[in-house]
Amino acid sequence: MLETLIGGIVIFTLATFLGVELINRVPTTLHTPLMSGANAISGITVVGAMIVAGGGHGWISAVLGFMAVVLGMMNVVGGYAVTDRMLQMFRRKPEAR
Amino acid sequence: MPGALAEILYLVAAVCFIIGLKRLSSPGTAVHGNRLSAVGMLMAMVVTLVDRGIVTYSVIAAGLVVGSALGLWMARAVKMTAMPQMVALLNGFGGGASLLVGGAEFLKSELIGQNLGLDTSITIQLSLLIGAVTLTGSIVAFAKLQELLPGRPITFPGLQVLNATIFLAIVALSIYQVATPESLLWPFYAVCALALLLGVLLVIPIGGADMPVVISLLNSYSGIAAAMTGFVIRNDVLIISGALVGSSGIILSQIMCRAMNRSLTNVLFGAFGGGGGAAVTSGKSAEGLTVRQVSAEDAAVQLGYARSVIVVPGYGLAVAQAQHLVRELADQIEKRGGEVKYAIHPVAGRMPGHMNVLLAEANVPYEKLFDMDAVNGEFDRADVALVIGANDVVNPAARTDSGSPIYGMPILNADHARSVIVLKRGMGSGFAGIENELFYNPRTAMLFGDAKASLGKLVTELKALA
Repeated sequence: MLETLIGGIVIFTLATFLGVELINRVPTTLHTPLMSGANAISGITVVGAMIVAGGGHGWISAVLGFMAVVLGMMNVVGGYAVTDRMLQMFRRKPEAR
Repeated sequence: MPGALAEILYLVAAVCFIIGLKRLSSPGTAVHGNRLSAVGMLMAMVVTLVDRGIVTYSVIAAGLVVGSALGLWMARAVKMTAMPQMVALLNGFGGGASLLVGGAEFLKSELIGQNLGLDTSITIQLSLLIGAVTLTGSIVAFAKLQELLPGRPITFPGLQVLNATIFLAIVALSIYQVATPESLLWPFYAVCALALLLGVLLVIPIGGADMPVVISLLNSYSGIAAAMTGFVIRNDVLIISGALVGSSGIILSQIMCRAMNRSLTNVLFGAFGGGGGAAVTSGKSAEGLTVRQVSAEDAAVQLGYARSVIVVPGYGLAVAQAQHLVRELADQIEKRGGEVKYAIHPVAGRMPGHMNVLLAEANVPYEKLFDMDAVNGEFDRADVALVIGANDVVNPAARTDSGSPIYGMPILNADHARSVIVLKRGMGSGFAGIENELFYNPRTAMLFGDAKASLGKLVTELKALA
């Protein structure tokens, strides 16, 4: 049982260091889209929400799962869409010149 | 689908997130990076639908449709000035989803009388705590930014003791729950309720000016909450993505704190600014000093003959919705042979990089946006520093007056320019509630009025200038 926990902690720690390296390279100009984009990634919880909602474990799970899928999906779709909208504004400038 | 294939596809999804974030390091590749990240998300979701023992699809389908529609509508409708609120809400949704998934897993085990392992039990508790704090904390941050709640710190004596007590109670209840073999309902509900309350109480004493830090931090929490959910359902892609987002939020909060010369502890527990606190009454008084006013005509002449102009935009500019007029003004100056740069202080907007987005929306090329370190040396050679709706970030007291609450905060050297024109509504003080010596500097001319109206006049006058 505890092995899976330890394995997860190893992955979590390594991914945190990777995240620090990646994020430090993002220029300040893009920090807002970075945040909304990262936010969309944290909407990955929707995967857990789908497992809960579709697992067939009774109505409590279905109701909580449904709510979690809605929230997760708003996070995912809203996050990616608004990030795309912002990044488009940054892209079109050099071409316009 | 065999389990191994599903695991590999999850890994590919995680790699998409990583490469997507890497591509955000330049505006040219960022659009593709974000889309790649979205592809990874879609892949993870499809794998889940096919592989994770899903038996009823109707509930999921309904949730996907409702959530996607609402998310898309929000993303389309939101104004760029309201981006901090939007991100705050999105953080909250992520946290809420983690809370619900953790709660559902717990209730399922309680219902069928199954014993949760020690590891799952611990991670469910963490998922509930972090998810709930992120949810209500984000809602309060949203309400403050949207001005549904007052922006000033709301605090009362003993708040921090209360918060510490609530936190310890949550820890004690969680340990009790984990140590008991069967799943108990009352500690579960108590932990959820206390954690939801804690989220509110942690954010409510933080002033509006500090919201950039809070949003960054809540962003981090939403990532950590996702990672905890990953531990609960044993899914590595959640752990990896959560950790990536967690570190991004932490880094951004650090950058914001450094830009304000404050520690994270001071931001979270200091109840700073907004004019409500008692701590902001120090700082030099303005009595006996005079300001020099300038007319739009004279200011336009000055700008029209300037070789180099550095614009210092502040949040007042965004509030007045005058970003497009700034670009028009810059176009006019450039047409006359002058050079225009934009000096962006890290806390110029309401979240990291916010001002850059607002100017990008107004078609200001991002090559002209300079961050503080890159541009500060150039003020010495600038003919005019044009300060629009900015205050604390150009206050020289941060350098010289050790009694000032913003002493030590890195500022833009607008006062080093040959002359300074300040566009300002009136003589009110900034977010930190303190006087600004720059306005009384003999080289500074004040152009009072709404930023939009003043800029409009400047553009007209410049056009009329032969």
